[in-house]
This record gives sequence, C-alpha cells and structure tokens, in this order.
Amino acid sequence: MMHVGLEHYLIVSTLLFCLGVLGVILRRNLLVMYMGLELMLNAANLALVSFSRFNNNLNGQIMVFFIITVAAAEVAVGLALIVALYRKRQSAHVEDLTSMKL
Amino acid sequence: MQDIFFYLFAALTLLCGFLVVANPFSRSPVTSAMFLVVMMACLAGLFVTLHAFFIAAVQILVYAGAVMVLFLFVIMLLDLKEEERRKLNAFGIGAGIVAVGSIAAILVKTIWFSGVGANKQPMIEGATKNLGTELFTNYLLPFEIVSVLLLVAMVGVILLSKKELK
Repeated sequence: MMHVGLEHYLIVSTLLFCLGVLGVILRRNLLVMYMGLELMLNAANLALVSFSRFNNNLNGQIMVFFIITVAAAEVAVGLALIVALYRKRQSAHVEDLTSMKL
Repeated sequence: MQDIFFYLFAALTLLCGFLVVANPFSRSPVTSAMFLVVMMACLAGLFVTLHAFFIAAVQILVYAGAVMVLFLFVIMLLDLKEEERRKLNAFGIGAGIVAVGSIAAILVKTIWFSGVGANKQPMIEGATKNLGTELFTNYLLPFEIVSVLLLVAMVGVILLSKKELK
C-alpha cells in the first residue's frame, strides 16, 4: 500500500464525479438526477480541497466554501421548481416533461 | 494511520455514491437520499484527513443537515410511487455506462500518469483561523455577494412555491 498523495484524492474525486454523471444519465426521476448533480459538486469540492492542501494555498478552501453556499441556494430553487412542475403535471419524471420537444 | 482512514472513507464514499445512483435493491428516491447523507458524512471524513476541519464541519451542517432535509421534505410532498413501475431502456443504460466508463478511464489514467502529485507534501495544517482571516479580508466582497445571492434564492423560492403562479 503506497503513501496517500494528491493523486489518490484526485482519483476518488474523478470516480465520484463519474458516478454523478451516471446518475444524471441513467435515472429518469428529477429528484434523483438532482442528487447526481450534488455528487458532482461534492467531487469538485474534494478536488479543490486536496489541491489546496498539497499546494499550500488556502484559496481552494475558500472556493469550496462559496461552492457549498451556492449549491445550497441552487438546491432550494431547484426543488421549488420541481414542486411547481409537479403541481402542474403531477409527475417528477423527465419523460412526462417533453412538451417543448419538436 | 491517516492512510487507513483515507482508504476507509474513500471506499465508503464511492460505495454510497454508487448506491445513490444505482441501488440494485430499491429504486425509491428515499433510499437514494439516505445513502446521499451517508456519502456526505464520509466525504466530511475525507476532508478531515485533508486537515480541512472547517470545510468538514460546513459539509456536515449544510449538506448532510440542511440540503438533505430539503430533499426529504420534497420527496415527502411529492407522491413518487410510480417510480417503481417504470421499465428501463436497456440501450440507453448500456450506452450511458460505456460513455461514463470511458470518461472515467481517461481521467484516471491521465491523473495517475501525469505525476501531478510528485514532490508535493501536504502542507496546510488546521487552517480554520487563517481561513477566517482570508475570508473577511481578501474575500469580503464575494462573501457579501453570496449573502445577497442567498436572499435572492429565498425570495425566488417563496415566489415559486406560492399557490398560484401568475
């Protein structure tokens, strides 16, 4: 088992990001797709924090702080949109929300 | 010791992340949300192994606390029983897995062989105080702008969730 370095953290972050993409691609439920987005944001946070630690630069952690704040606002607005959509269409499924398709 | 914690938390994070996306036993959004909470907590553990204690605390408070409560609240409001009945498009799933798998392979190979972490020693130690100083001196304007953004989001959410959209 080799010593844990920057690469290890970056690889965990990459795999987490890919799981998030997989969630957005595979799942058809708007809420679960949103959770995939959260996974991707968290993966980016992990990469930023590990870069911050291994480059002796605090700006990475400040960036993560802002990302967490903006993600909280984004989740609130997104979930309100999902609730509004559900009220109109009685469904949170992307296949039922295709009225703008040509 | 720190290495053992890294491998433990990394494995748990990836396992729970996988169970959020593709749980073989249940496709209910509530299960996904619960595994997302566990995944956030393990990620906070990873932040602690990186000595980013403040970020770890914020991760637990904001993500595992506030955001997941919001998710569960919305899941409770919506009636999501029909999720179980949908059949899956096999071609779409296969194509998605192949595409994401190749992206993952390319990225992992690039990171592993680029030597990005060569000669780099972990340096920042317990930087909460420095983080606060930095946040309230150099990053004061972005900090205030983010607080306005939160206010805007709050007003928007109240407007969106009113009974009648006019």
